[in-house]
Amino acid sequence: MLGAYLPIIVLLVVAACFGLGSVVVSSLVGQKKLSPVKLQPYECGCEPVGSAQERFSIKFYLIAMLFILFDIECVFLYPWAVLFKRLGVFGLIEMGVFVVILFVGYIYVWKKGALEWE
Amino acid sequence: METLFFSIVAAIAILMSILVIRCKNPINSALSLIMTFFCLATLYVMLEAPFMAAIQVIVYAGAIMVLIVFVIMLLNIRTESGRRTQHALFLGAATGLFLLFQTWYFLSRSSLTGAKGAIDSAAIAKVGHTELIGQSLFTEFLLPFEITSILLLAAIVGAVVLAKKKV
Amino acid sequence: METIAIPAINMSVIAPEMILSVVAMALLLINVFVKNEQKGYLGYLSIAGILVTLYSLTIGWGAPQDGFSGSVVQDNFAIFFKGIFLVSAAMSILITDQYLQREGCNQGEVYPLMLFATVGMMLMASGTDLMTIFLGLEVLSVSLYVLAGFNRGSIRSNEAGLKYFLLGAFSTGFLLYGMALTYGATGTTKVVKIAAAAQSGMVSSNLMLVAGMLLMATGFAFKVAAAPFHMWTPDVYEGAPTPITAFMSVGPKAAGFAAFLRVLLVALPVFKAEWSSLLWVLAVLTMTVGNITALYQQNIKRMLAYSSIAHAGYILVGFTAGNAVGTSGILFYMLSYAFMNIGAFAVIILVGKKGEENNNLADYAGFGYKHPALGVAMCVFLFSLAGIPPAAGFVGKFYLFSGAIQAGYIWLAIIGVLNSAASVYYYLRVMIYMYFKEPTEDFNWVRLSPAFIICLIIAIAGVMIPGVVPGTILELAQKAILM
Repeated sequence: MLGAYLPIIVLLVVAACFGLGSVVVSSLVGQKKLSPVKLQPYECGCEPVGSAQERFSIKFYLIAMLFILFDIECVFLYPWAVLFKRLGVFGLIEMGVFVVILFVGYIYVWKKGALEWE
Repeated sequence: METLFFSIVAAIAILMSILVIRCKNPINSALSLIMTFFCLATLYVMLEAPFMAAIQVIVYAGAIMVLIVFVIMLLNIRTESGRRTQHALFLGAATGLFLLFQTWYFLSRSSLTGAKGAIDSAAIAKVGHTELIGQSLFTEFLLPFEITSILLLAAIVGAVVLAKKKV
Repeated sequence: METIAIPAINMSVIAPEMILSVVAMALLLINVFVKNEQKGYLGYLSIAGILVTLYSLTIGWGAPQDGFSGSVVQDNFAIFFKGIFLVSAAMSILITDQYLQREGCNQGEVYPLMLFATVGMMLMASGTDLMTIFLGLEVLSVSLYVLAGFNRGSIRSNEAGLKYFLLGAFSTGFLLYGMALTYGATGTTKVVKIAAAAQSGMVSSNLMLVAGMLLMATGFAFKVAAAPFHMWTPDVYEGAPTPITAFMSVGPKAAGFAAFLRVLLVALPVFKAEWSSLLWVLAVLTMTVGNITALYQQNIKRMLAYSSIAHAGYILVGFTAGNAVGTSGILFYMLSYAFMNIGAFAVIILVGKKGEENNNLADYAGFGYKHPALGVAMCVFLFSLAGIPPAAGFVGKFYLFSGAIQAGYIWLAIIGVLNSAASVYYYLRVMIYMYFKEPTEDFNWVRLSPAFIICLIIAIAGVMIPGVVPGTILELAQKAILM
């Protein structure tokens, strides 16, 4: 049973080895000449201004929240899609009701302007 | 072989969930949480529930973690302020040990047997896990499925009402 | 490729829920398509929707039927509870508009959210599948979290929303874990099948089912604010916008009890000895903690929050008895509690003005003389809450406690009566402030809109009529029990 997942495990191991390996090898092989300029984070040739950890605007949060909610809607489409033919018209109505209810939410969000970057 | 694999995954899951609450930097906690979710997904796979594993990765390790990281950045917490008092630590440890003892005591005195369902490994191999979930979701649990859409709708309205800048 | 058999659906079972959901969605769309000035009538539209739903409910009375392969049932029990939800929702909506306009957060979304919450409650009352009950509870809770934090400009409201969300999500975890263990032990989520499975000795001796029952009881106890799971109540009730406090002190509590009753009485009657001893302890704790803490409160919203905890305790007394008298007492009491509590909150809203809620007891000094009609109305509600005849609260308590005596819980009834006597003190204190203290304000900001007058008249009628002639309502309640 689990044999089917062997390629995924192999992929994980290869990915881990690649990531770890490149760090280890570059630290072993690479030259080490540390100067203040080299230790600075690269910012297109300019001097870095301020910290990278800025406060995020709540706008991102709203978009992420709406994304999750519609993401969950999509999750329900998978089991429906694999049974689409066997469920017939009945299945179409079932999913139609589900999607229409969420479509009301979509219209609400759109008209409310929550999808705009204000 | 499977027991060994399970032990490794379970150990990583426990280790990572301890890191979630022990890390000083909230971003590290969040990353540990992603790892915990991946380990859980692996456990679902071992329980022959690949659809649940996929959902776990798509919804939890993907979407919900994005939200958690956004919230951490929104609040802009660098490292945890305030220290854990010895007092609280002792109380928590005592409660935990008591609960552990209680669980062990009752488990050792009685049986834990679940009812066996109709769906077994053979059925999952034959029909497929996603299909089986769909079959019960769209027939027996049709009403809960439709209520889910109302729930999501209420959540959409709530997100907009509470988080939108200009209403 | 064989087609999948379509289960029997029976749409008429969920007709009331469908009507209310469609109304809520329509209001949501109307809300975004019309201008701000035209939103005043959204509340009236939602009340019209509630009335239609109420009418569709009455059709099903006396003819129980189930649908969606046993996920949901429309029996008298569910219909009675749904009536309570709809009445309390309509009364809360009547007092919402004026308050929100005063506080300057008059967004139209409040009405769809209240209707969604009501749909959730209705599904909890008629759910016969743990999944239906759980999802109904979630629809209710998500709407309530948002409603509690609805006044975005107020820090207290934000705090209430966040606290309610965190503790609510925590308690949902308990409930869901309990449901999962129950499913694991019995192999089904349908309450009738759980009962059948639990009959067999092998399952009922199973620790998993007992643990499942206990965890579910914990989850429900959180939702109905029973001690020791009541900690969230005072802060949330105090911080939330007052009409929302009125709304969530009645309907959600009733919905929690409806689902709790169905799960314990229908699914797990095998464990009656176990759960009634558990509920005995919960009832005594809840009554005592609620009443004693309420004695010390200076803020009237906090006082009513603790009083609502105490009332959950009285209802648990009837629940512990688990017999016909106790159960019909719960139904009767929940209905009269809806009228008296929302009535009291309506008066509280009127005493406040923009930015100043005037929720301290001292703010009520002399209120009874400046506004005699409102003063009398408040007295009626407080008398009923205290359980003084001839108000409905007395009749309800009488049946709850006599149910306990019939079932042999004499001590429980005695503790209940003692608690009830202690509660008179803090209800009377409000009246003392209203009538025996010199007024410090002239209360000229109190503005009685027609909606408020209607709400108060309904509330007084709902408190006095069942109190004086309890026969009709009691008969309905007796027909609605789950036996």
